[in-house]
Amino acid sequence: MAEVVALAEAVDGLVRDGDAVALEGFTHLIPFAAGHEVLRQRRRELELIRMTPDVLYDQMIGVGAARKLVFSYGGNPGVGSLHRFRAAIERGVPRRVEVEEHSHAGMANRYVAGASGMPCALLRGYRGTDLMRHTRVEEITCPFTGEVLVAVPALNPDVAIIHAQEADAAGNVQLWGILGVQKEAVLAAQRSLVTVERIVDELELRPGGVVIPGWCVDAVAAAPGGSQPSYAHGVTVRDNDAYRDWDRIARDDDTFRGWMEDRGLAGARA
Amino acid sequence: MSWERGELQTIACARRLAGKRSVFIGVGKPSTAAILARMVHEPGLVLVYESGTIGAKPHRVPLSIGDGDLAETADAVVSVPEMFNYWIQPGRIEVAFLGAAQVDRHANLNSTVIGPYDRPRTRLPGAGGAPEIAIGCPEVMVVAPHGRRTFVDELDFRTTSGAHTTAVITDLGVLEPGADGELVLVAVHPGVDAGEVRAATSWNLRVADELRTTDEPTRRELDALRDLVSR
Repeated sequence: MAEVVALAEAVDGLVRDGDAVALEGFTHLIPFAAGHEVLRQRRRELELIRMTPDVLYDQMIGVGAARKLVFSYGGNPGVGSLHRFRAAIERGVPRRVEVEEHSHAGMANRYVAGASGMPCALLRGYRGTDLMRHTRVEEITCPFTGEVLVAVPALNPDVAIIHAQEADAAGNVQLWGILGVQKEAVLAAQRSLVTVERIVDELELRPGGVVIPGWCVDAVAAAPGGSQPSYAHGVTVRDNDAYRDWDRIARDDDTFRGWMEDRGLAGARA
Repeated sequence: MSWERGELQTIACARRLAGKRSVFIGVGKPSTAAILARMVHEPGLVLVYESGTIGAKPHRVPLSIGDGDLAETADAVVSVPEMFNYWIQPGRIEVAFLGAAQVDRHANLNSTVIGPYDRPRTRLPGAGGAPEIAIGCPEVMVVAPHGRRTFVDELDFRTTSGAHTTAVITDLGVLEPGADGELVLVAVHPGVDAGEVRAATSWNLRVADELRTTDEPTRRELDALRDLVSR
């Protein structure tokens, strides 16, 4: 049963050093406030899982919080590179990060398998690409048709963290707009935290909305504006300028460090 | 009317969507081309973005595939697993546009790394949806700037198969696979000759016996494109 608590308390109780943590939100509802709280509490050695690492994971990788990254697209959408992600992989700055990369379809199906309690999922993918040799997938023959398919291993993070528009006092959550893989991530994870724009007396069901029952969630925390510079459909607007500015901030090691320190996100100085 | 090569590239992409029902697009030129196609050639064209928006009708070119405008104007918004499993994998989306950092002579694409995988000189964003889009959608069109760094003899990494590719549309011309699957230069844009395209390609590019020249942009196409990008 979800406890409705303060964000700092929720992160303190749910996220541990070394955890495999999935902060999901596909270009929408990205849980920035929760990710920043993880950094304020100086969690380290994390396995960071996310289909689209985006600016939030650039920040987390850039301060050295990640030992491993599991992902399928590491770019700044519509802008270009994630410079901290590149620095870690190309130069080992601030540290080397182990990489496990997939396609979007692969990652999405890994979450589906995790949420379904299955060891793997099957898809028609990866074949004819070099990804086959560099990631954790295996060919498997369909017992009914003989078609050769690809199996991807289930993804079961220690913790899933997502952002949504609303929750009620019992911790039932509703999100709408671009849905991503948040429901699958929460159901696949051992523990889960949902930050929300607002706590309401009663959820008003929305067209196309996804409801996650409170008894499937460990903690709900109010974090108004908590997905900025991403956005919460119907509540906040994507701050495209912030995504463009990030390109300049993240490009230079010292500018990045200063920006993160000014916001209390850099952790202790080495 | 004068125009830029980049504008003609976008217009050439849009023309290819005449008569199509649905197109899968990312951001950048393909998105501009697809919106333009709805304005000029195919008003009923269904725009599908990776973010799960089916039938989006954006008024302006989105910066990201997650822009709120896409979800607000879509016929349906589906989750990412549903997008790949129900819509892309069975071939429900007729055409897909893909881009890449490197293209080889069989239209295989690299969007993963430049240099060795374990120690890349340049780490690119990676696969995203491309590997499954490229084999799920019946027809794939590649959009890329024409140059020797992009049109390479050998990919540093094969992210995506070129098996379903029907055209590669560049700022210099159009390449299509020949009978054996190797790309052939079939059209040059006005003011470009085959020598220029071959010089901008790292392999010994074949040229069609009857090389066409892309039609000049019409006033209607250019006006619509310029109106769109100014919004």
